Amino acid sequence: MNILVCLSQVPDTTTKIAFSADNKSLNKTGVQYIINPYDELALTKALELNEATGGGTVTVIHVGGADAEPVLRKALAIGADQAVRVDAEPLDSRQVAAELATYIQGQSYDLVLTGRESIDYNSGLVGGMLSQYLDWPLVNVATSIDPAGQAGVLAVSRDMDGGREKVEVSLPAVITCQKELTEPRIPNMRGIMAARSKPLQVISPQGIGPDLSLLSHALPPARQACRYFTADQMDALVEALRQQAKVL
Amino acid sequence: MKVLIYAEQQDGQLKKSAFEAVSFAVQTWAPQGVQDFTVVLGGRVSEQDAAGLGNYGATLVLMPDDAVMDAFEPHVHSAVLLDALQKSGANLLVMAHTYAGKSLAPRLAVSWQATLAAAVNHPPEIQPDGTWTVQRTVYSNKGLATYQVSGERRLLSFTPNALKPVLQGSPCPVQPLSTQAGAGASRTHRLEVQKVQGKIPLTEAERVISGGRGLKGPENWHLIEGLADACGAATACSKPVSDMHWRSHDEHVGQTGITIKPDLYIAVGISGAIQHLAGVSSSKTIVAINTDPEAPFFKVADYGVVGDAMEVLPRLTDAIRRSAGS
Repeated sequence: MNILVCLSQVPDTTTKIAFSADNKSLNKTGVQYIINPYDELALTKALELNEATGGGTVTVIHVGGADAEPVLRKALAIGADQAVRVDAEPLDSRQVAAELATYIQGQSYDLVLTGRESIDYNSGLVGGMLSQYLDWPLVNVATSIDPAGQAGVLAVSRDMDGGREKVEVSLPAVITCQKELTEPRIPNMRGIMAARSKPLQVISPQGIGPDLSLLSHALPPARQACRYFTADQMDALVEALRQQAKVL
Repeated sequence: MKVLIYAEQQDGQLKKSAFEAVSFAVQTWAPQGVQDFTVVLGGRVSEQDAAGLGNYGATLVLMPDDAVMDAFEPHVHSAVLLDALQKSGANLLVMAHTYAGKSLAPRLAVSWQATLAAAVNHPPEIQPDGTWTVQRTVYSNKGLATYQVSGERRLLSFTPNALKPVLQGSPCPVQPLSTQAGAGASRTHRLEVQKVQGKIPLTEAERVISGGRGLKGPENWHLIEGLADACGAATACSKPVSDMHWRSHDEHVGQTGITIKPDLYIAVGISGAIQHLAGVSSSKTIVAINTDPEAPFFKVADYGVVGDAMEVLPRLTDAIRRSAGS
């Protein structure tokens, strides 16, 4: 299969978030960027699917600035064959999805994989929007993806409200990836060396506008100081939860 | 302004998010003079339950005229919703940002060509010029972002537990909803369904009891389950616990797991790594139970107990049961 993996870069999960002086953007000082963890699972699964079926290519794509190229090189080191960067500075999911759709429409991919959400903006919208732009089926929040024994069909388990279900979907399709799908791969030295010479293509954006306009960021309000109880004071804790916090 | 509200059901029962969706729309737009709140049901429920959404301010409920929507399939549901939106001339659709909402909202934002404000955590502030100001959490609850929303057609999805449904109104008429647009729209073939039985879904839960490595092993989880049972809570766990397969990954709350905002979150034997706090720090009230008085969780907790989970949990469970019995 020819698989496209859409990935974003996000601040490392240990990052303490601070915003710029005008509160319009993240204060990037000292922030380490990583491949969005769910997108990393998508990449690993793409490699596994092609290893199992013996053929096809894995392309990674990112919509964003040149500062994301280290993350794309890492994806190449993990095993992707080529990388594409759409040279835009997207402000929301709509822009990302529309740029991706425009690129994909000119290509011949069988499958698009991406994370179920990015851990920076957490919207989880790109996969859904992209599937509608392409008029491809969507399977959201997949926990397993396997060949279904019939060419051009995949068997996918997905999380849903109140449980999980297994469905078959015909390709081409968009599938978003959830934990449990697979374990991420650590690039080895050979992969890192090979990544240097793999193609990284930069393409111009269509210039599709965002849906929303950002007014400001803020940090969450500080919480009150903790009130302590000993193990012998559980009645008092329950009383506080009932009368003071009113949550029991 | 013409509002449609998407209300979810499962196995013929309205979901909690259905009441929240109606109340969210009514509480936000009734003060703006909107009088018509039409609900599109995502599947069939009893006539009585459907009419009962009127008790939360719905003025008309559209019930699917056949079984095609009873099990959730995103392509079928979005096709029927798009048809209903176009026929009704609505310019606003409200839904919950549940798993179903996360599949529907982005597809409809494209097919209906609407501005999408997703995962907002408060009703929007409506400005005199008709634009909205909405707020949502970003960086997995480590930050907040405020956006301006404009556009002729708008779609809003709100995070579950964003507000408490308020009773205001009386049972309303129920009319059939044509599902013709959904016939043949399915793009997936369902092989099997595994339902979580007898458990409160984590994202809907008002109370959550969560265990970490301090529980020392899966064999001690009966203590977490006992406390959850005593206070009608869902159970959750930290990342190390799901990584060690003590509990399944769908219980993992945190930055790379599920983000929740219950009224009460009790963290037992969880130190409070920044990634874990990100997923739970929007909880209204947080109780931390930990042997280590320096555990970071105490910095965000409202109530703390420094002690061993094995000792504290049975006592707290007893205290809650006694208090409920009194």
